[in-house]
Amino acid sequence: MSRILTPPTSAHHGLDGAAPTEGATSPPQRRSRAVLRATIISIILIPICLVWIYPFIWMISTSLKTNAEAFSGLGLVPETLQLGNYIRVWSEANIARYFVNTVLITAGSIVISVVSTAMIGYVLGRYKFPGRFVIVALLAFAVFLPEGYTIIPIFDLIHSLGLADSLWGITLAEAGGAHVIAILLFAGFFSQLPKELEEAAVLDGAGFLRIFWKVYLPLAKPVTATAIVLQFMHSWNDFLLPLVLTLNQPDLRTLAVGIYHFQGEYFTDWVGMAAASTISLMPIIVAFLFLQRYFVEGVAGAVKQ
Amino acid sequence: MTTSTQAPPRSAGAGLWRQILKHRWCYVFMVPTLVLSALFTFYPIFMSWYFSFLEWSGYTNDRAWVGLDNYARLIQDAAFWGAFGRSFLFVLVAVPIKLAISLLLAILLNNESMKLSPVFRTMFFLPVVTTAAIVGIIMTFVLDPFNGPVNQALTSSGLVEQAIDFRGDKDAALWTVMGVEIWKNMGITMVYWLAALQTVPTTYYEAARIDGAGRWHLLRHITVPILAPFAAIITLLTANQTLHVFAIVQAMTQGGPARASEVMEVYIYREAFVGDGGLPELGYASAAGVFFGLAVMVVALLQIWVAKKAHSMRAAMGAQR
Repeated sequence: MSRILTPPTSAHHGLDGAAPTEGATSPPQRRSRAVLRATIISIILIPICLVWIYPFIWMISTSLKTNAEAFSGLGLVPETLQLGNYIRVWSEANIARYFVNTVLITAGSIVISVVSTAMIGYVLGRYKFPGRFVIVALLAFAVFLPEGYTIIPIFDLIHSLGLADSLWGITLAEAGGAHVIAILLFAGFFSQLPKELEEAAVLDGAGFLRIFWKVYLPLAKPVTATAIVLQFMHSWNDFLLPLVLTLNQPDLRTLAVGIYHFQGEYFTDWVGMAAASTISLMPIIVAFLFLQRYFVEGVAGAVKQ
Repeated sequence: MTTSTQAPPRSAGAGLWRQILKHRWCYVFMVPTLVLSALFTFYPIFMSWYFSFLEWSGYTNDRAWVGLDNYARLIQDAAFWGAFGRSFLFVLVAVPIKLAISLLLAILLNNESMKLSPVFRTMFFLPVVTTAAIVGIIMTFVLDPFNGPVNQALTSSGLVEQAIDFRGDKDAALWTVMGVEIWKNMGITMVYWLAALQTVPTTYYEAARIDGAGRWHLLRHITVPILAPFAAIITLLTANQTLHVFAIVQAMTQGGPARASEVMEVYIYREAFVGDGGLPELGYASAAGVFFGLAVMVVALLQIWVAKKAHSMRAAMGAQR
């Protein structure tokens, strides 16, 4: 379990330090060969990476051009920077509203799903109680369920619960999806903590809730961060669910759905669409760059489980 | 697990009841997740079965029980089988490509001397965190037949005589969305492989090198055996995710032209919420979903079974050595 908590980069740093066995052969030679090989691989990978992220470079470049310029050339450097594109789509395309909706839905679903997965992960990881096996089996079963075709009943459910005209329906449905990995991560983490912590807390007169909230949960920061990031990625980018739930509710659309409809309406406005796309993309890119470690760990956690 | 709970006394229900009472907080703690799962995972499964026996547009409350009629119509619907086949074709082509490229990249990036490794990893992961709708827009422009850079590069370099209408040509559309989907989600599979590779203790390699093993031997006798059990689960995860591709296709082609790139999830969405000329049909779409869901389950179980078989065979062979 602790493997998952190790940042991916640090796991193989052992060689850079002084591994005890290295002296047996000729380490300096081997190391310089390794560095040479790494350099060659890097030189090969750089152009591949540039091609890989070319569409993003192109998008940002287009968002700073005029439409005439966008339609006419391959050049990536705009003649003059058209920052006005951003101002225009921000005020015209309802991006601001979609942005707020997306933030609310994402934040709400993060709170709901992280609190609920931490709670169930805690009891599954630390206690043996009647019925535990059934719960674990049910959750494991849910991993293998195809997600897509549940959309029709969810659509119906949200409407019959009367949640169709607020953000709550989307928020709850987002929180309700794709949380099994977070539960496994929490359960694995909590199961490894010493029970002496709990015994000490009990002596201090703490009850079950306080022990969870004050003693164990604060220790679970890395797992909590991973769970937050997993849910963030899931909610911010989800498409089918908010698309279906906002078919007749344009004001509730998320960025992903808003951008999609924007494409349909303003098909020839390349620069506007590029600017709107860039605006929508920035938050997730910034979040990703800052929380990269947890993104990667969260995804990696799926395999190691 | 770490708490000192005794095994429940076998004798009576009273003991069980004491256990339950003792752990009452455990049950309270499971309530939020169980409610969410019940509402958004388990209820939908049962309801989609029920809906699949109805004739129902979703706009009115008129729900007529039609028994297996939807299924009978479904198996005669060429568009359904087209989408069904395309979904599996998608998996058969895209999954091996994703697995192979991402494994190669993961092995290259898992090199301890690569100082740039995190930068590369970030770049390959960037499309993964990008909303599919945005990817759809960017790719629509990048692959545009008239003004898109890809076609301009292809024609001006003389590689092709006439610009390719990547999205609008019915022979090209499916392969185009497939290519874009591979580009978008390859990073996830790469991270899976990296996670698996990092479970290989570096001391194994060290020890083997001291014994004079070459690079091929390291790969053959350390990397491959350790990756093998992960390969099964990585294939399963990647296949599952690829099978349920929706957003990319919807954003790029909406399944067109003339349904040439329509995969199952797009078909279900169209039947349930858009309709094909007439009213949408939630009942009929549910039947398609249930049918497809069952097919996916069968394939997944088959995969797990094969993986298990392979695993036990390997274990048996290892024992002989």
